[in-house]
Amino acid sequence: MEEILKVNGLSKQFDDLPVLDNLSLSVKKGEVVVIVGPSGCGKSTFLRCLNGLEDIDEGEVLLGEEKVNPNKKNLSRTRERIGMVFQSYDLFPHKTILQNITLAPIKVKKRKKAEVEEEAIKLLDRVGLLSKKDSYPRQLSGGQKQRVAIVRALIMHPEVLLLDEITAALDPEMVREVLDVVLSLAKEGRTMLIVTHEMAFAKAVADRVIFLENGKIVEEGSPEEFFDNPQTDRLKRFLKTFSYEK
Amino acid sequence: MDFNVIKDYLPLYIKAFMLTIKIGWIGIALSLGIGVISAFILHFKIPFFSAVVKVYVELFRNTPLLVQLFFVYFGLPKLGISISAEACGALGLGLLGGAYMAESFRSGLGAVKLSQTESALALGMKKRQLFTSVILPQAITLSVPAVVANLIFLLKETSVFSAISLMDLMFTAKDLIGLYYNTTECLFMLVIFYVIMLLPVSVLGSIVEKKARFKMFGD
Repeated sequence: MEEILKVNGLSKQFDDLPVLDNLSLSVKKGEVVVIVGPSGCGKSTFLRCLNGLEDIDEGEVLLGEEKVNPNKKNLSRTRERIGMVFQSYDLFPHKTILQNITLAPIKVKKRKKAEVEEEAIKLLDRVGLLSKKDSYPRQLSGGQKQRVAIVRALIMHPEVLLLDEITAALDPEMVREVLDVVLSLAKEGRTMLIVTHEMAFAKAVADRVIFLENGKIVEEGSPEEFFDNPQTDRLKRFLKTFSYEK
Repeated sequence: MDFNVIKDYLPLYIKAFMLTIKIGWIGIALSLGIGVISAFILHFKIPFFSAVVKVYVELFRNTPLLVQLFFVYFGLPKLGISISAEACGALGLGLLGGAYMAESFRSGLGAVKLSQTESALALGMKKRQLFTSVILPQAITLSVPAVVANLIFLLKETSVFSAISLMDLMFTAKDLIGLYYNTTECLFMLVIFYVIMLLPVSVLGSIVEKKARFKMFGD
């Protein structure tokens, strides 16, 4: 299958602290790659480098043929092609749910308002939030806000979707409603890079799982290999922290 | 207290009241303009201008209005520029208020969360779109409480206008006391007129504040 995102030798430091160390990765169209790892291993920074929210010290990120480079003027164009959903939802508090979703397509893509609203309503209906279209973000629960944030990213028709710990701030019951949406996106063949701590979800949604530590890929494999037959001691120890025995 | 005295003085007070309001609001309009422009300059860190604004803000926040008025009223004619006492009052108030407003708007702009910027950027918005449709509306809401406090503060500061012989409320009260010694009545009316001037601002301000807060934070 066609390669959609390619990362070559990506390195990044915060002052003297290396966060990403010569990282390379290639993602095919329609592939769902889940990245797991301990806190501070560089998972989030890695995603943020992919759409230029963080500067890159060395290496390159290629989206199709186009290079993602924070110093270039076409960065906002590249970002239109890469959707991102954050842990803290970050909906715009002064806009209604519908306005939150339609703002970028209208302002950035210059699409017609009526047409965008029609699409927004369809997407809202799909995630079960049509009745909230005229509410404000403050009136929604965390899980509902996160589903809106996903819709807000989807309506830009991104080629790749980056999900950065999107359930980390949610109650267990709300985690489910958000992850169900993500699962359905995976089923329809969306290309996604997902950072998460939900191992059961990772196993269900991923085509490939990557274990990141100290900015390096320690192990990667299919979810079956990864979770049922980990090779490195480090990954074995990491996975053990998620299971409880008396 | 002699109510006949109050009745006799009423027209003088009303006249002074209107003048105080007129100069007060011209000054405030000026201060809003200066404040917004200064805050933008500080927020975008425009070279040179932002240094000028910083000096201006510190200078005017750290000197009393009375001193500033003296500088404008007695200083400008020495430079060959003569302006009326009214213009002087409005200008002085505008410059003082501008410094305070600049800080209020700047802190509003600074208080919008960085993650708002990032999520807008991630949607492909350009810096300008992001500023006008995401940052600015939130910044305005966030600066409402500080701006309302400034409004009340500035309207009260108009009481030093009497020093440059503007016939405002304070001047009228002092003048009448000097002429007729009806101290109790004159001061009573002074208090009442200041309350009449400021209470609506205060009440309206807190309504706007509540509405703005509710829209942003839901409480």
